Amino acid sequence: MMLKLLVDNQEIETREGKTLLQACLDNQIYIPNLCYLENVERPSASCRMCFVEIEGIKQPVPSCTVQVRDEMVVKTDTPGVRQLQRTALRLLLSVHDVDCKNCHANKNCELQNIAKFLKVGLKPKRLERYLKETQIDETHPFLNHYPNRCVLCGKCVHICRGKHGQSVLTFAKRGFDTVISTYSVTDVSSLACSDCGSCVKACPVGALALKESS
Amino acid sequence: MSPDNHKNIDLKFNTIRKEAEKRRAAFRDAPVPKIHIGMATCGIASGALETKKAFEEALVENNIEARIHTVGCFGHCYAEPVVIIDHPDSGFPPIFYHEVTPGKAKMLVKLFLGDGDPRFEHIYGATEENELIPSVTDFSRFNQEKRIVMEKCGRIDPEDIYDYIAAGGYSTLVRALKLDPEEVIKEVEHSGLRGRGGAGFPTGRKWKLAKSVIEQDKIVICNADEGDPGAYMDRTILESNPHQVLEGMAICAYAVGAQQAMVYVRSEYPLAVKLVTNAIQQAEKLGILGKGILDSTFDLKIDVFQGSGAFVCGEETALIRSIEGYRGMPRHRPPYPVQKGLWDKPTVINNVKTLASVPPILNHGATWYRGIGTQNSPGTAIFSIVGNVVHAGLVEIPMGVSLRTLIFDICGGIPNNKKFKAVQIGGPSGGCLNEDFLDTPIDFDSLTKAGAMMGSGGMVVMDEDTCMVEVARYFLDFTQKESCGKCTFCRIGTYHLLKILRRLTKGEGLEGDLELLETLSQDIQTGSLCGLGKTAPNPVLTSLKYFRNEYEAHAKEKRCPALMCRALTAFYFDLELCARGCDACATCCPVDAVFTTSNRKKGVDQELCVKCGECLVACPPEYDAVRKVSPPHLVPYIEKPPEKNKKDHK
Repeated sequence: MMLKLLVDNQEIETREGKTLLQACLDNQIYIPNLCYLENVERPSASCRMCFVEIEGIKQPVPSCTVQVRDEMVVKTDTPGVRQLQRTALRLLLSVHDVDCKNCHANKNCELQNIAKFLKVGLKPKRLERYLKETQIDETHPFLNHYPNRCVLCGKCVHICRGKHGQSVLTFAKRGFDTVISTYSVTDVSSLACSDCGSCVKACPVGALALKESS
Repeated sequence: MSPDNHKNIDLKFNTIRKEAEKRRAAFRDAPVPKIHIGMATCGIASGALETKKAFEEALVENNIEARIHTVGCFGHCYAEPVVIIDHPDSGFPPIFYHEVTPGKAKMLVKLFLGDGDPRFEHIYGATEENELIPSVTDFSRFNQEKRIVMEKCGRIDPEDIYDYIAAGGYSTLVRALKLDPEEVIKEVEHSGLRGRGGAGFPTGRKWKLAKSVIEQDKIVICNADEGDPGAYMDRTILESNPHQVLEGMAICAYAVGAQQAMVYVRSEYPLAVKLVTNAIQQAEKLGILGKGILDSTFDLKIDVFQGSGAFVCGEETALIRSIEGYRGMPRHRPPYPVQKGLWDKPTVINNVKTLASVPPILNHGATWYRGIGTQNSPGTAIFSIVGNVVHAGLVEIPMGVSLRTLIFDICGGIPNNKKFKAVQIGGPSGGCLNEDFLDTPIDFDSLTKAGAMMGSGGMVVMDEDTCMVEVARYFLDFTQKESCGKCTFCRIGTYHLLKILRRLTKGEGLEGDLELLETLSQDIQTGSLCGLGKTAPNPVLTSLKYFRNEYEAHAKEKRCPALMCRALTAFYFDLELCARGCDACATCCPVDAVFTTSNRKKGVDQELCVKCGECLVACPPEYDAVRKVSPPHLVPYIEKPPEKNKKDHK
């Protein structure tokens, strides 16, 4: 069934069962997002970027968690929404090694796109920068992981689990120290990994790369 | 269930109850004294095991016969180890003794049990009204409490199901099984019971939602993943009366139509795990749990699941993920667990205290329960009150009692003649309230309005020597470490808050720090995925609001008004008061920072001093010469004699 929505005073049509974020993206209405994957039953909703305001709901909500309803009235650019998005982006950038010209994702990076869209400088002034000690985690036989580029969106973990039934990559540690890790499993035969590169493709920034030799 | 079934249930339960009553009567009527010892974790930590051993040895030594009855926690932590001696032949009523050390235990056996002298100087009070000795009910700590959930705590042996049944236990389950599930839910709904885990969601409504889901396989989970630092309500209930929780779970499962249930308890609570497991086994053996409960058609299997101690797993979606074998990370709600919970089955998750409230509610009726507490928050609240308070421990009070009554009347106020400064309610994510809020009634809505929250029942009382910036830093340190790391705001945002607070306590605050704390906190509140992140900034926001001058002193003057932040304080000795030749401070200083001046008084080498405060403790009160100041540059200059003098002196 087709539904009609009013997004930023613009009427859009979409199919029932879609998420609000998907419906907007399908209609060329951009909402910043990092962790969203299409057709995932329960969205991760971890990046806290895709906020919108929906008529009747007091606070901004992540649009990836909302199912479209007919005649929904949505605003994607209210001050409240932008405030949250900018803070989220600044927080991510405050732990990001902004060294774009040496990063393979340069000009193909979601953080750059979002920063441009939200008009936020890549080097936020108000927040101190905290980087992790490990620049590159090279323990994996096929992959290199750059913890200081990672936004912990979890796309790689999800894609890998879908592909191999178990995840080679997973979250490790807690709180601020949370990282994507392979738990230093180096024995290729015990890994479900097949250097398929799905995780690298899924990464919205340049946090994963296939090793050049492999 | 059919009336035939009703008869079966009654028949089966009456046999069990008769056995329980027989055992209770045999214990009660035995012509020997009874010694009840509180043996929950808190009691054991205070030495109850040694006390028990001392009693056993002394009984043998003195050749006296008596029964030792191990019970759970009385809730009076300040008085542990607690012992009640019931010695009818002495003519005295049962007597409550506090801080019963092994030595005291031996003496009581010899003098009270042997010679009939209850040692008045050691008595706390009689447990019942009498004409001989004052009773504990004269104390407000006893008479202002209203025990519903904890009624049997400290009175029954948590390891003996018959003890619970003889005290009326499981009779409510029998009654519930003879009602329609809808009637049970209606009664709970009418009672107005709200979830005691913190959020205060109406329990009856949750059950009704779960009941309305058509799916057959439903699950009930008792959330005992209590992780607030300094809070131990759920642990104590599980350790003191696990059967009341199990009874509540069985009633819940019957009402919503679940055949499977789980107690999610953290593995750091080994005694609770042991006692709950044991309680389930005993109940299954008697046919009170398991297949065909009490010969009815209702089955319920209860398992114990041990959590690995992540604070975030108290959040229901993270709890579910961790049972499923995944990393304990919360998920977006909806769908709520009652729709799609553990293994995608409808799941009712209730806190220990909520479930333990259910048997008394069904037993006495919803109207009775509504009569306790306030209109919107009926019933009682259980707090574990810790910090700068005289009678710390577990307190169960009717909702609506003011903070002032709770802290000053029931818990005896602030020790050491200090002034009250703040109370932190609701665990690490609760708010810090100042004295303006002392008359706030304790209920879900009033606390939320004040910026704190009911939470699970943690309450920390702080006196005038507490620095609120440091307190906020402490709680943020906790929540930041316990963040699961999933969402941006909680993972990175709380880390920034912590870093800012840390630099403020070190006197390294930057321009605009307070404003940054405020805006960042607000964004974390609105932006975070789960309750942990949404509430983590509460200590910062409330302390900023109610103690802003302290923040400003730290940021602008590099001064800690409470003289607590080490980097912002310094010690010196008032030379007018310092006694010539006294070495009390110098001998206790761990870093040799105390030097002797040319006129044989004392000075502090500020370079060496680590500000431990040992000298403050050591200085004899008749001199009282140690002074603490903030900011540190206020320390008067006291000349240190050249090094070689010191060597000569040594």
